[in-house]
Amino acid sequence: MLKDITLGQFFPGNTLAHRLDPRTKLMVTVLYIVALFCAKSFVSYGVMALWLVTAVQVSKVGYKALVKGLKPVWFIIVFTAVLNLIYIKGTPLVTIWKFTIYREAVETAVFMILRIAMLIMGTFLLTYTTSPIRLTDGLETLLSPLKKLHAPVHELAMMMAIALRFIPTLIEETDKIMSAQKARGADFESGGLLQRAKALIPILVPLFISAFRRADELATAMECRCYSGGEGRTKLHVLRFAAKDYLVLALAAVLTAAVIVLGRMGL
Amino acid sequence: MIEIKHLRYAYPAVEGQEPAAVLEDVDLHIEKGSFTAILGHNGSGKSTLAKLLSAVLLPSGGEVLVDGLSTAEEKNIMEIRRRVGMVFQNPDNQIVANVVEEDVAFAPENLGVPAEEIRARVDEALAAVGMEAFRLHAPHLLSGGQKQRIAIAGVLAMQPEVLVLDEVTAMLDPEGRREVLETVHRLNRERGMTVLLITHHMSEVEKADRVIVMEQGRVVMDGSPKEVFPRVEELRRLSLDVPGTVDLLYELRRIGWDVPLDALGVDECADAICKFLQ
Repeated sequence: MLKDITLGQFFPGNTLAHRLDPRTKLMVTVLYIVALFCAKSFVSYGVMALWLVTAVQVSKVGYKALVKGLKPVWFIIVFTAVLNLIYIKGTPLVTIWKFTIYREAVETAVFMILRIAMLIMGTFLLTYTTSPIRLTDGLETLLSPLKKLHAPVHELAMMMAIALRFIPTLIEETDKIMSAQKARGADFESGGLLQRAKALIPILVPLFISAFRRADELATAMECRCYSGGEGRTKLHVLRFAAKDYLVLALAAVLTAAVIVLGRMGL
Repeated sequence: MIEIKHLRYAYPAVEGQEPAAVLEDVDLHIEKGSFTAILGHNGSGKSTLAKLLSAVLLPSGGEVLVDGLSTAEEKNIMEIRRRVGMVFQNPDNQIVANVVEEDVAFAPENLGVPAEEIRARVDEALAAVGMEAFRLHAPHLLSGGQKQRIAIAGVLAMQPEVLVLDEVTAMLDPEGRREVLETVHRLNRERGMTVLLITHHMSEVEKADRVIVMEQGRVVMDGSPKEVFPRVEELRRLSLDVPGTVDLLYELRRIGWDVPLDALGVDECADAICKFLQ
């Protein structure tokens, strides 16, 4: 069950999508999300789909992995679609029992499904093709102007990197604790919601205690390796924009602009 | 190299209790290029000593000097930590990054070393522990011994003067233990790295130049393995094992055989017994 968590997963590779500067990928993702929220017609959604498909093709990440990322949110997708179907009024299309479904409602529901699905697939593509360290490096550099406002940008990036580093370790630990509790007769599978939630306590307590102990030891180990915050730190991999980064950024900007203009034209 | 003078340490008092003294009047001098093992069972103060060496803890009395720099002075702390490479028991809790080379680069990055030199240091440190092939691997997929070698590479990248290993083999399987110890001995032999190995496994200290035995915050024995191990009764009283060879010779002596007690190696021990039998 825990092995299914895809958050922050990274598929190493050597495609253009992998080699781009993480800052480029972050900015392209932001542009992609903006464009996605500006898309209001089948034409503009077509442009967005083209964008996504091109990115997926370039990155050579399988569609299977992308669709798998949708699994945890299918309920939200269906829920929003159904709500849209019920509440939006306009030209009647069909009437089933007491409910009349309108043409506009179907349209909005379809757009909603597309929007959420494409949003998630797009952002997953970013984490699939960018190693967490590069991602946090990129984020730190992009947000570094905020350091002037005394925002703890380095600290946040470091926290994110460490959190991502410890996800597999903590998952492994949770599995171990679960096995240990099962061996002593704990039951996690039966009973109602409340009972199951209660059964989680004997897992969470040791997990938290161990996480705190790990944090303490890690902090000591980091100090012993001369860590003293972001001041005066250098990097093994220096981020550099190349021609391909400017090209990809320009392309993403053009596509976003196109979608916005299409939206203004009512398409 | 390292000078410890009248070192005392007590953990801060918990309300209503006397401060618990962990180290009392420890005097030691660690030579450059030496391989020193510190032995002692749980609670003997050996891990506290390690933390005092890298200025994680500060002395309650006396002083610790690393290359003449006192750990008590705030301005020396970074330089001392760079010179004293600390490796701890649990490799999972020392690895910061999710790519091996990124983790090894952590310390030089903190020190503000330029990018090209970090690259060189990382490659060199990984080669020194024999892990070059795993440069781009994810640490959580490696074995315990491999992770611990990465942790060692991580401190080697600081170019330290001394390597302090605090029970680094305690969580490893026999194979991992052998790997790590071999690496450490090779670093000492080939690069002249000063090593301070803290452990409670007797078998790990046979090849050390010097053995220091600690008990209740004091140094109770200090000498070469050949001087320390024959003191079988004393070691047993401190609930420490003796190497198998010494144990055998000790038992033989008890039944009246005239064999020396300081034949530590297996071959040496066999020779000693043959000599007696002839």
